[in-house]
Parts: sequence; C-alpha cells; structure tokens
Amino acid sequence: MTVRIPLVNAYPGEPCRVVQIQGGYGLIRRLYALGIREGKVIRKLTTQFMRGPVVIDVGGAQVAIGFGMASKIIVEVNR
Amino acid sequence: MRILLMGSPNVGKSVIFTRLTGVNVITSNYPGTTVEYTKGTMRYRGEPVEVVDAPGTYSLDPTSRAEEVAVAMVENADLIINVVDATNLERSLNLTLDLIRTGKPLIIALNLWDEAKHKGIKIDVKQLEEILDVPCVPTCAVTGEGIKELVSRLDEARPSEFTYQDKWETIGQIVSQVQQVTHRHHTIWERLADASVRPFTGIPIALIVLYLSFRLIRLIGESLISFVFDPLFERLWAPLMLKLSALLGGSGLLHGILIGELIDGKIEFMESMGLLTTGLYVPFAAVLPYIFAFYLVLSLLEDSGYLPRLAVLMDTFMHRLGLHGLGIIPMLLGLGCNVPGSLSTRILETRRERFIAATIMAIAVPCMAQIAMIVGLVGKYGAKGLGTVFGTLFIIWVGLGALLNRILKGESPEIFVDIPPYRVPYMKAVAKKVWMRVKWFLKEAVPFVLLGVFIVNVLYTLGIIQLMGRLAAPIVTGLFGLPKETVGALLIGFLRKDVAVGMLVPLGLTLRQLIIASVILAIYFPCVATFTTLARELGLKDMLKSVAIMITLTIIVGTLLNLILPR
Repeated sequence: MTVRIPLVNAYPGEPCRVVQIQGGYGLIRRLYALGIREGKVIRKLTTQFMRGPVVIDVGGAQVAIGFGMASKIIVEVNR
Repeated sequence: MRILLMGSPNVGKSVIFTRLTGVNVITSNYPGTTVEYTKGTMRYRGEPVEVVDAPGTYSLDPTSRAEEVAVAMVENADLIINVVDATNLERSLNLTLDLIRTGKPLIIALNLWDEAKHKGIKIDVKQLEEILDVPCVPTCAVTGEGIKELVSRLDEARPSEFTYQDKWETIGQIVSQVQQVTHRHHTIWERLADASVRPFTGIPIALIVLYLSFRLIRLIGESLISFVFDPLFERLWAPLMLKLSALLGGSGLLHGILIGELIDGKIEFMESMGLLTTGLYVPFAAVLPYIFAFYLVLSLLEDSGYLPRLAVLMDTFMHRLGLHGLGIIPMLLGLGCNVPGSLSTRILETRRERFIAATIMAIAVPCMAQIAMIVGLVGKYGAKGLGTVFGTLFIIWVGLGALLNRILKGESPEIFVDIPPYRVPYMKAVAKKVWMRVKWFLKEAVPFVLLGVFIVNVLYTLGIIQLMGRLAAPIVTGLFGLPKETVGALLIGFLRKDVAVGMLVPLGLTLRQLIIASVILAIYFPCVATFTTLARELGLKDMLKSVAIMITLTIIVGTLLNLILPR
C-alpha cells in the first residue's frame, strides 16, 4: 500500500517518489535545479538534532535542505 | 576571442580552468556587481585567447546574484565549454539544454568520468554527441585525462541544431538512452561521506578535522618561522641593518624611520619599529608563514568537499546566531583575513543575515595576521594566555550573534546546499589558489604594514600619540587598566592589527594587561581594509550600526575583563 507523507517523516534510506512540492515558485525552481521534482524517486539519508537540515539523495548526488523545505516535499512511500 | 567555462557548482570546472590556462590568472569583480570570477589565457590556433571561469550555475534561469553573472557572461562568449558532471548527467543536462538554446558554439566536457566509472555509471558518448549535436569529450580534470582531446576538438564546437519542447521530459529521454547504471558497493569514501553528515558520527569527525587543521596550521606556521624566516632575519638581515645603522650614525630622524630604536645595541625585530626592521619582519617573518599555512589548510578543506558537511552539522547551532549553516563559511574565511570574510557574506540570502554575519565576524573573528601576532605575544603563557583571549572572543561571538538574533526583526532562511562527494584535492589547483591568496596578502597588506610603521614613527615624533594617550587615559587606564601608551596601538590598529599587536611588545605589559589589550584590539574596530569592504557590502547605515555595537561592546568587555581577571 502506498501512503503520502512529507519527506521529513520518511524512514532514512527508504525510496520516496515525489508527488507534490507545496511551495512557491522560488522553492520549486531551486528544487528543480537540483533534480528534485514530481515523479522523481529520492531518499532521505539523515536528519540532524532539533529539526536541523535534511540530507537527501537525488540520483546519487546529495543535497542538504532545511527542515521546513523538506516538510513541503510530499512523497509517496510503500508501507 | 573569449572562451567561457560554464557548469554547475562542484563539477571540477575550476580544475579544467587550471588545466587550460597558464599562470597569468586574474580574479576580478564582474562590472557593477560584487561577484568574483577568474580569467586566464590559453593558446588556441597559435594565438593567446581569453578563458573565463564563470560562477557555477544549475541553469540559465538564475536563482542568485552569482548565477545572474554567469548568465550575463554568455552574451559575450565566442565559444562555450559546458562542463558536465558525468556522475549526475540528469542534473547537468538542465544547463546544457539551456545553453543549446543560446545558439552559441558549444562543446561538452563530460568531467568526473573516472568517478562515474567507479559509481557504475556508463555513458554512451557517441550517442550523446549525436543527440545533442555538439562534440562531447570525457575528461578527468584531476588526472588531466581527456584535456588534450578537449583542446584539440575546440575547433569542432558549433551551435547545436537540437530542439526540444518539454525540458524535463527531454532530459529523462536522453538519460535513459545514453546512460546505464550498474549497482556498485559503497566505497570507503562514500561510507565516510555518510558518516560525516550523521550527527552521532559527524560531530566527533568535525571536532577531529578542526583540531587537526589548527594543529597543522600551527605546525607549518611555527616551523616556517623558526627554521626559515627567523634565521634569515637574525643571521643575514640583522648584521646588514647594524651596518646601515652605524652608517646613519646610530640615531637621528632617518635612522629612527628606517632602523628604529636599537635595544641594548641590537636590533629587536618586534620592537625596533623601523621600516626596514619591524616593517619587514612583521609581514614576512611573523605573519606570512601563518597566512600560507592557513590558506593551504583552508584550500584543502574546500577542495576535498568537507565544508558543506560542516555547514550541515553547524546549521542548528548557527540558527541560534540568526544564520544558517553556511554562515560558518564567512567565519572560516575571516580567520584568514576579514576582507574575504566580509565579501563571502554574500552567500547568505537576506540583508539581516549578512548584517549579523559581517558584524560578529568583524568583531569577534581575528584575522590570521592578528592571531599570529597574538600567539607570538601571549603564546608563552600557554592556555592561560591564549585560552583566555580566544575564549573571550568566542563568548563574544556567540553572545553577540544570539543577541542580534533576538533584537533584529525577521527570521533566518533555511540552508540549501549541494553536498559533493569527497574528492582528493588536485594539488596544482590548491597550489594556484594558495599562491593567489598569498600574493593578495603581499600586494595589499605589506604596503599597509610599512605605512603603519611609518605613521607610528611620525606620530611619536610629533608627540600626537602621547597627547592622545593623555586624552584617552580615563577609558584606557581607568576602565581597562592599561598604560596610556596602549592608545598608540589602538590608533595604529585602524591601519593594521598585526602592527598594533606588535606595538604592545615594548610596553612590558603584565599577562592580564596583554590579554585585555589583545581582546580590545580585536574587537574595538576593524582595520581600514575591512572597514571599507564592510561599508561597501552593508551600506553606510548598517555600517554605522555595526560600529556603534563595536564601540559599546569594547567598553563593556574591556571593563569586565579588567574587573574579572586576577591581578
């Protein structure tokens, strides 16, 4: 069964398919430039203490984004 | 003719640039902006042509000032070398497709080819070339593989006939056609890369890296001083200067300016205060070794890919100071020199962040020239001296950042940073970078040191320092517990902080006075080079606010230290 959750709630290393980015044009554009867009399978690698930044794996490359931004990325996971 | 290198950040663009160009590399600001870029020349068809290393950009739809500059540079380019990350073709093609639409003659360097191979990524270059309709050359800039072919095929660069509708769909199609990925096991580097961003392993790793970096800087700096520069000055230069001193009659105005004062008939390079003695010793023997050591270590940290990881780990803490993780970069650069430190506050997005970063850096982050002199001054007291000075500065840094974060309206934006894999730094590029930074120090700092020493002499001779000393005595002596002669150092500190710290040497201060004076000299005001840079970066209004903070803080901290430190 697939469920939709914000990326921050995914398990570390779990494959997540991006279904929606709940942000403005600016955020969407920045995420697109790094290859994070709807349909893409990404992984959350690590989180830091106290809602620190989230490290994401996108096609083998790593990106760190703030907790708030990562909460705006809605992904689909198999549970 | 002008060749432009375009590519995303961290794809080894600068290494390709270093490979293509010779030694005559100039870093300058793009007209009308504060974005830096590098320019060099290479031989092409038997003629020297200009090669420009554009700031890294992910697309021609800019999201920052640096990217705007990169986009503007495309206009004036006659040929574009698009440096593509072979390990991440999908992300790189975003820019490539944009570049194709500009109609400029284009050639593609598929860089990091060896890394892609290790990752199990296979790219059909022939097919990619056919699809994109421009030459594609696999390169590994670090080892130099493919660079010759890239140069020899520059002639084939041409405007592409390739057209597309939906960009992302097109990219997806191209990638699935030309790229094959086979799964590989994680290498030790990738394991280390993962471990250094996980909090439980990353924080200990960060502490070890920073500790080793500082040990290495001190080891290199001290070794250079005691085995190279001190012997040079003591054995070769000092006898020469004594002869000159005798020739000048041992005293008089010219003697005072050139040689300074002889102490027990000998030249004391830290105290004599002559242009040819202290004026040369301070920049070359006391400061340059540390500048070299610092920039060597910093360049290694930068080129290995460690700094973004440090930024991620520091992010939560830096938010307390009103900054995000990347705010650590201006601080690290500021430790070298506050001028590049101030310039690098541009990587922060908002005016609020830039103000906080610039202010706490200018106040609480001493530059390497100053650190080297402080180490020389109080180093012999060990942790009691150095620990107190740098501990106080650290507390000020954290305290002031937290306070500004409380007072100033607004929030700090979130971090957004690409984390490149670890790479072994390419030594030639590191050497070039260190040399450019050392050259900058020699060109910009040495004249100011000489000017500083000269002005000290003039002011003493005219009795101005003595007069200022009497005027400032209530604060300097009354509040800070320092002799009134310290005012001379505070005056000169506006010109050069290293000379100012050096001026404390002959005053015969006690340890507590040395600590107070060192801290005060660090925080009371930036040197003139930093001041003008900050005024340009922050604007006059914010700069004045910053200055008001500095002066208030100096009085508070100086008084407190005077009260707290044991007599």
